[in-house]
Amino acid sequence: MPKRIVIIGGGAGGTITANLLARNLYRQLVSGHVVINMITDKAEHVYQPGFLYVVFDKVRPDEIVRKQKDLLDQHINLFVDPAVKIDKENKIVRTQSGKEFPYDYLVIATGSRIVPEDIPGLKEGGHWFYDMEGAKKLRQALKDFSGGRIAITVGVPHKCPVAPLEMTFMLYDYFKQKEMLDKVELFYTYPINRLHSLEPVANWAVPEFEKKGIKSETFFNMEEIDAEKKVVRSMEGSELNYDLLIAVPPHKGAPVVAESGLGKDGWIATDKKTLHNEGSDNVYVVGDTTNLPISKAGSTAHFESHIVAERLSSEITEGYSETLYDGKVICFVETSFDEATYIWFNYKTPPTPAPPSKMVHWMKLGYNRLYWLSAKGIL
Amino acid sequence: MSVAVDSTIDARGSACPGPTMELIKAMKSSAVGTVVEVLSSDKMTTVDGAAWLKKVGQELVETSDKGGYWSIIAKKIK
Ligand SMILES: Cc1cc2nc3c(=O)[nH]c(=O)nc-3n(C[C@H](O)[C@H](O)[C@H](O)COP(=O)(O)OP(=O)(O)OC[C@H]3O[C@@H](n4cnc5c(N)ncnc54)[C@H](O)[C@@H]3O)c2cc1C
Repeated sequence: MPKRIVIIGGGAGGTITANLLARNLYRQLVSGHVVINMITDKAEHVYQPGFLYVVFDKVRPDEIVRKQKDLLDQHINLFVDPAVKIDKENKIVRTQSGKEFPYDYLVIATGSRIVPEDIPGLKEGGHWFYDMEGAKKLRQALKDFSGGRIAITVGVPHKCPVAPLEMTFMLYDYFKQKEMLDKVELFYTYPINRLHSLEPVANWAVPEFEKKGIKSETFFNMEEIDAEKKVVRSMEGSELNYDLLIAVPPHKGAPVVAESGLGKDGWIATDKKTLHNEGSDNVYVVGDTTNLPISKAGSTAHFESHIVAERLSSEITEGYSETLYDGKVICFVETSFDEATYIWFNYKTPPTPAPPSKMVHWMKLGYNRLYWLSAKGIL
Repeated sequence: MSVAVDSTIDARGSACPGPTMELIKAMKSSAVGTVVEVLSSDKMTTVDGAAWLKKVGQELVETSDKGGYWSIIAKKIK
């Protein structure tokens, strides 16, 4: 009887984990001692950080999409058939088409999704760039924008915590290039009492905002949008008028997680070091869907994938594993159209961002193309 | 501890999104009546968290020094 590994979710975390496992367990896969089944809900894989560039017409939508099948090692079986039930008791995943996938080891990598519907009025009155459709609509809205206040608001929780700041700085450069800065007011808001979660990034942003004339309000959590009057009301009791609203909607995990009783709002209780689903030694969790208090980011999913692939490979071939996650996250931060910085931190080491430079920006642009090698488990 | 806590979020070592954001997330997604505790390795969480609770009219139950880390307990009252 082969060892059966089931991976749910063919995004960043699931794909990297699957490909690393296929490499580590090549012999076992070829000999039939291990089987890897990936269950995902879309035939296409989207590089989500690319949405930011789609908005400013710096990347075309097609350039950030690949066929999932082309990204996976040929020894991995791919099923495009959404998981509808994870039955841990019987160690089976059920899919929409009615198939059952029994497993010895399960990796859940179903990511996070935006839920604009959780903020009344947001769908009617706001724009976002956290999915392809939203990014394309926002691109058009910016093209048509003749002037006024652009409000940037941020829901809790959300993935890629640096994206709202990147969006703000890129908007500044966009209108500078169009020679429209005299007609546009950028108004940035943030849920906690500084400009970003990471204190050094927040401190760095303050003088940048002053220099660029970007206004801001902190402790601002969207409660509802009056789409007709073009007003955002915050939980803290303030009101912000806008001509164009760019929101990062709040996020939830995949419905299958909550519906299988694995975690409220789709966030799965995860051991911060082993990445096991708490209480289940044969179930691992990777990426945005963990309940870990760390950034929901592709880099987090990437580093976690390496840990889970190492652990699973050792467990299968050696009977135990010693590899542990240290909370490592690396994020590039675009600070304009031509400069960027990056931050690195883990559970023990706080981040210290380097001064923005052209070099880091080029690295980020390079990574945008190299991502596909990452997904394949090569980089 | 004098109060019964419904859920504890261990945000020690969380640089980003950080403990204050975890408190906001927990308060937003909890039902009225829920008591939430957030643990943080940053003392400022007790100050920032308390300031936010005051702004949104939610109840600060207590903050405490646990020796090397801090705890903030809040109750969702509306
Ligand atoms: C605008 C934007 C900018 C970003 N910028 C950055 C950045 O600069 N750096 C960075 O590190 N990260 C960035 N991110 C975040 C990054 O894209 C995510 O954190 C990352 O993709 C998470 O990986 P994941 O595998 O957990 O989830 P995803 O990559 O979202 O994959 C989850 C997969 O699970 C599938 N799925 C869901 N439900 C089911 C089901 N029921 N059955 C089967 N399959 C299912 C989904 O279709 C999806 O394919 C950005 C994100 C956005 C939106």
